Amino acid sequence: MRRLASAASSVAFLTAVIAAWWLVAETKLINPMFLPGPQRALATLWGWIDSGELWDPLGKTVWRLFAGWLVASAIGIALGAAIASSARARELLEPTAEFLRPLPASALLPPAVLLLGLTDTMIVTVIAFGTVWPILLGSIHGFKAIDPRLIEVARMLRFPPLARAFKFQLPNALPEIFAGMRVSLALALILTVVAEMLSSQPGLGHMVLVAARAFRSADIFAGIFVLGVLGFLTNSLMQYLEAYLLRWRPAHSEG
Amino acid sequence: MRRVAIGMIFPLAVTALWELAAWAGAVSGDSFSRPVLVAAALVAAVADGTLLRQTAETFVSAIIGLAIATVLAVAAGAVLGLSRTLERLTVLTVEALRPIPSVALIPVALLIFGFGQNMTGSVVAFACFWPILIVTISSVRGIDPRLIEVGRMMGLPLAKRIRKLALPAALPGIMVGIRIAAGIAIVVAVTVEIAANPRGLGHGMIVAQQSLHPDLMWATLLWLGLVGWIANWGLLRLERRWLRWFWAQREA
Repeated sequence: MRRLASAASSVAFLTAVIAAWWLVAETKLINPMFLPGPQRALATLWGWIDSGELWDPLGKTVWRLFAGWLVASAIGIALGAAIASSARARELLEPTAEFLRPLPASALLPPAVLLLGLTDTMIVTVIAFGTVWPILLGSIHGFKAIDPRLIEVARMLRFPPLARAFKFQLPNALPEIFAGMRVSLALALILTVVAEMLSSQPGLGHMVLVAARAFRSADIFAGIFVLGVLGFLTNSLMQYLEAYLLRWRPAHSEG
Repeated sequence: MRRVAIGMIFPLAVTALWELAAWAGAVSGDSFSRPVLVAAALVAAVADGTLLRQTAETFVSAIIGLAIATVLAVAAGAVLGLSRTLERLTVLTVEALRPIPSVALIPVALLIFGFGQNMTGSVVAFACFWPILIVTISSVRGIDPRLIEVGRMMGLPLAKRIRKLALPAALPGIMVGIRIAAGIAIVVAVTVEIAANPRGLGHGMIVAQQSLHPDLMWATLLWLGLVGWIANWGLLRLERRWLRWFWAQREA
């Protein structure tokens, strides 16, 4: 009952915020060229859905997002496992990784455009390169953090190295890898949008920037709405996946 | 010292390979340039002040955005951290706004502010607001409840309870949030410049790339890495210094 009341009040507050937005737009307190009312943004969105205009850019954006992120995940996990398994490799590569990590991933765009041109491959490459760091560092950390006794047990039981990695080390490293993958997924969405803005490749990012250049504010807000939903869905998907794949973990080791 | 030396081996090897490959003609000078030329371009761009001016532009935008975000997020976070009712009321709104990728706001900012530092600053502010808000809420909530109770018993009004009790006690946590946000601020500022705003380091890279000056482009990228690394290091030092009392207390 309490939870219901709390949920209802939370919905009421959001409704009030939207009503205030509508009121501000309707009374033209802010120039409607900058701030369209929510009803106008929704009407635009419905128009896109109705005419089918939305699906092509949305599909392209989602495809690039996941293609880049999955490549980054594969590279990050494998490379992280390799680096973690050797103290020498760690000493050699970790400082470089630490230096490259805080670099804005979007700064990879100019070199990538130079090398690969304004293509889909370029966008996916930038996403893959730009989002690999959180996964890589998570993977190094996760693989490193295994209890040495577990490895010894695996050795005594004569597991071959590959089986050892998959059956003992990978499950142990998964929580940290997932944490990295979640950060990367949010980053991947940002990179996709920016890359589309810069390269004028059809996609949601390009769509909203074109709308801004034409001063079509309702289109911008409709686009932001779609991107917000996309951000919410991708994050929820990752949370669900994490909870599902890590359900064997005892609850108290959370965090 | 030994660790630093070993850490340098890999980047130096890559640089040497790059130089050799360029020399042997294995990679094209149009896009890859050569480390020697990149170094020369870096020195030249620092010497004639372009890089410093662009760095100032990027940092001013980032700092404006970070400052706005800090003020708003700390205030909102303190209120939401102290009042469960308000937090329950706003949770859906926060969760609806937070997943919006910051760069999606570039078009709105462009429309409202046109080109210039305010456009970048507003997008940076949006991006930095959320981490500081979340960290502030959890730090304020983590304060010893007895402290708040004492404030209540002394009859301090809410504003004073926030300013005199909650904020100082939550400061270490908030500082961590601000440091995280500072990293985000620079990244977002550069990103906005690359995507749409013709100023700062991000745009400098785009111009260098488009005018076929790969040496300058790589030099700017290298500079960006250096500056970002130094900024992060400086913030860590500052944080440690300002919060020495906190860590000293905790160890005691």
